[in-house]
Amino acid sequence: MTVAIDVQGVSKRFRLYHQKYTSLKERVVHGGHVPFEEFWALEDVSAEITAGQTVGILGRNGSGKSTLLKCIAGILQPTGGQVVVRGQLAAMLELGAGFQPELSGRDNIYLNGSLLGLSTKEIDRRFDEIVAFAELEQFIDNQVKYYSSGMYVRLGFSVAVSVEPDVLLVDEVLAVGDERFQQKCMDRIQQFQRDGRTIVVVSHSPDLMRDICDTVLVLDRGRKVTMAPAGEAIRIFRERLIESGFAAAPAAPADEAEQVGGAAPVEITTRRRVVELLSASASYARQDERNYIETGEPIDFRVDFDVSTPVSGVQFKITLLNERGGIVFSSTSSGAVSGMPLDVGRGCATFIFDSMVLLDGRFSVTVEARDPGGVVLDILDPGCDFEVMNPGRAVGIVGLPMRVEVLPPGSGELPRAAATAR
Amino acid sequence: MAMASEAGVSAPADARLGELPPAPSGDSPRPASRDLPYRVVSSKVRLTVRVREIWESRELFVFLVRKELKVKYKSSVLGLLWSMLNPAVVLMVYYVVFKYVLKNPTPDFALYLFSGLLVWNLFSTVLPGSSSTIVANAGIVKKVAFPREILPLSQVGTGVVFLFFQMVVMALFLLGFQYSPDWAYMPIALFALVDLVVLTAAFAIFLSAVNVYYRDVEHLVAVLLQAWFWGIPVVYNYNLVYNELVKLHAFRWLMDIYLVDPITPLVLAFQRAFYGHVVVSVPHQGRYQVLAGYSAGFYVEMLAGVLVAGVLLLLGAMRVFGRIEGNFAEEL
Repeated sequence: MTVAIDVQGVSKRFRLYHQKYTSLKERVVHGGHVPFEEFWALEDVSAEITAGQTVGILGRNGSGKSTLLKCIAGILQPTGGQVVVRGQLAAMLELGAGFQPELSGRDNIYLNGSLLGLSTKEIDRRFDEIVAFAELEQFIDNQVKYYSSGMYVRLGFSVAVSVEPDVLLVDEVLAVGDERFQQKCMDRIQQFQRDGRTIVVVSHSPDLMRDICDTVLVLDRGRKVTMAPAGEAIRIFRERLIESGFAAAPAAPADEAEQVGGAAPVEITTRRRVVELLSASASYARQDERNYIETGEPIDFRVDFDVSTPVSGVQFKITLLNERGGIVFSSTSSGAVSGMPLDVGRGCATFIFDSMVLLDGRFSVTVEARDPGGVVLDILDPGCDFEVMNPGRAVGIVGLPMRVEVLPPGSGELPRAAATAR
Repeated sequence: MAMASEAGVSAPADARLGELPPAPSGDSPRPASRDLPYRVVSSKVRLTVRVREIWESRELFVFLVRKELKVKYKSSVLGLLWSMLNPAVVLMVYYVVFKYVLKNPTPDFALYLFSGLLVWNLFSTVLPGSSSTIVANAGIVKKVAFPREILPLSQVGTGVVFLFFQMVVMALFLLGFQYSPDWAYMPIALFALVDLVVLTAAFAIFLSAVNVYYRDVEHLVAVLLQAWFWGIPVVYNYNLVYNELVKLHAFRWLMDIYLVDPITPLVLAFQRAFYGHVVVSVPHQGRYQVLAGYSAGFYVEMLAGVLVAGVLLLLGAMRVFGRIEGNFAEEL
């Protein structure tokens, strides 16, 4: 396989000026000395991207991913090292960059197209297609300043993808337009993939990466962390985030949750605490060496409680919440377990999940104890939390078990479709 | 039944693939990557590579010039006519002041003025515009990769288009006054035009780059141009200055400064070609020398000198531009 993009030890230094002196007077006054701090946005990053691959660059804000993309695009020159790009390159860093509001859509297609490296002949040939893709047939001769932001962005995307580059660079621009147009954009990206073009995508979103990328390059503070298949790279990315304390806030890691969770029970004032929930914790395999589980692995949540008056019919309720506080799952103990009489003293209840089918994310666990009438006796909110990493390619909320069977034409009698299908 | 439900799962995915529009141009099979041209992004790009990239972007240059022309007078009633009205008014003011207030004895003074102004107008309108062009186009400089020299160059291109409009007016002028230019000197005027474009491009490229770091440049340019205008023989006669300066033995260097101005030979060449009278006889004053009495050969020598200087300046400007261009996207 040939290498489409060869990033050879690229470093990029930025100078952060404490104060920007852009006039001669200011520079003279400060003796030609402008105080600045050096900041390496990229440090010795190397990567080989094979032709036809779709590669994601993943990293949190300030990790240098956009800088790397701009170096590949040739917008920034690296301070050290070099990038060799084979074939025609188009960069979608900002849709509609360089549109002239005073000019018509038609003029802007020609101007923007040639800015992106298309020849006039090529633009002539693709003009109708560009207009049709942007759905602007009626307005193409109107001045762009009268366009809505949606129209503007659609035209920008349409011109950008018409370049038909060998190498396409995309910087988080896919989140534009309405849902339908977004789908159209994704389709076009997938079309590019099938055509065997090389694509480099920069994004914050691990889900997008997992969806479209073969390989993901993870950057952290300007350094390459890893370049690996998407699932693994995303896992490493999440681990990095947790290590550097970004994703961990505000919830504490699972192994510390016992103290944290136990220390902050919600005050139940209406009745004396018959059952007091003391703490909740998660347990799973290899807990001492990692702080996450992979999708599909078993996990248990244990809640310790203290009974001060003998009681029966206590129900335990568990609720799993996502990072935005949305309920992912909630269920109450029932049947034999809930009917059990509880004597005075300490006990524990364990919620056992044989297979945690949730995909990526950090989830918090809330535990409640209720009397048979449904009145809350005590609550731990949050009780503990846990993290799931998804090693596969599925995207969404849950990893439903699924397999696909395809019968190619000519493989004999097709099974009858379900009766409801026409 | 299990079979059917699983087929049901796969069906939507397949259908979506099937409905995709075909690639916009399926007309050429994808070439093998090893045959593709390649490009190196690094901090050191050779001058020849830069020149080649500029040449490859010539269509972009044309579109940018066209954009400048369209945008500049968009939504104005007179449109492109403004590009001629502006110099026409300047011409009229100078004509009235110098002919009737200051009593300049030069015959056909309007034509004399116009010849020199053609040169000066290009230079003096392009430079302020190109100084600020990189800063003004920060949006695309930060987001799109293209040879950035194209931006100042397109300002030069726009200036040349305006120059041609003004030349049309000049032609009408000559026809209207039944005035015959000195055709023998037309090739020299053309040579001067080439010099002018090279020289303007050199200044434009240099100033546009430096202005990214020192925004004073665009203001400084405006001020310097004001002074510079009076340093070239457009409204007065070259000979007046020459004769005065020759007398000042102690201040020969003033003469040198005056003559080293690369715009002066260009103005002289235009005046020689379009105005044509070297020596005229003025009523009550006798013979009066308007233009320098240089031979055609000397004009060519001067212009060749300016061309050499212009090309050297242009290469120097491109070097400076190339060295600091890498940081444009972050400085803007």
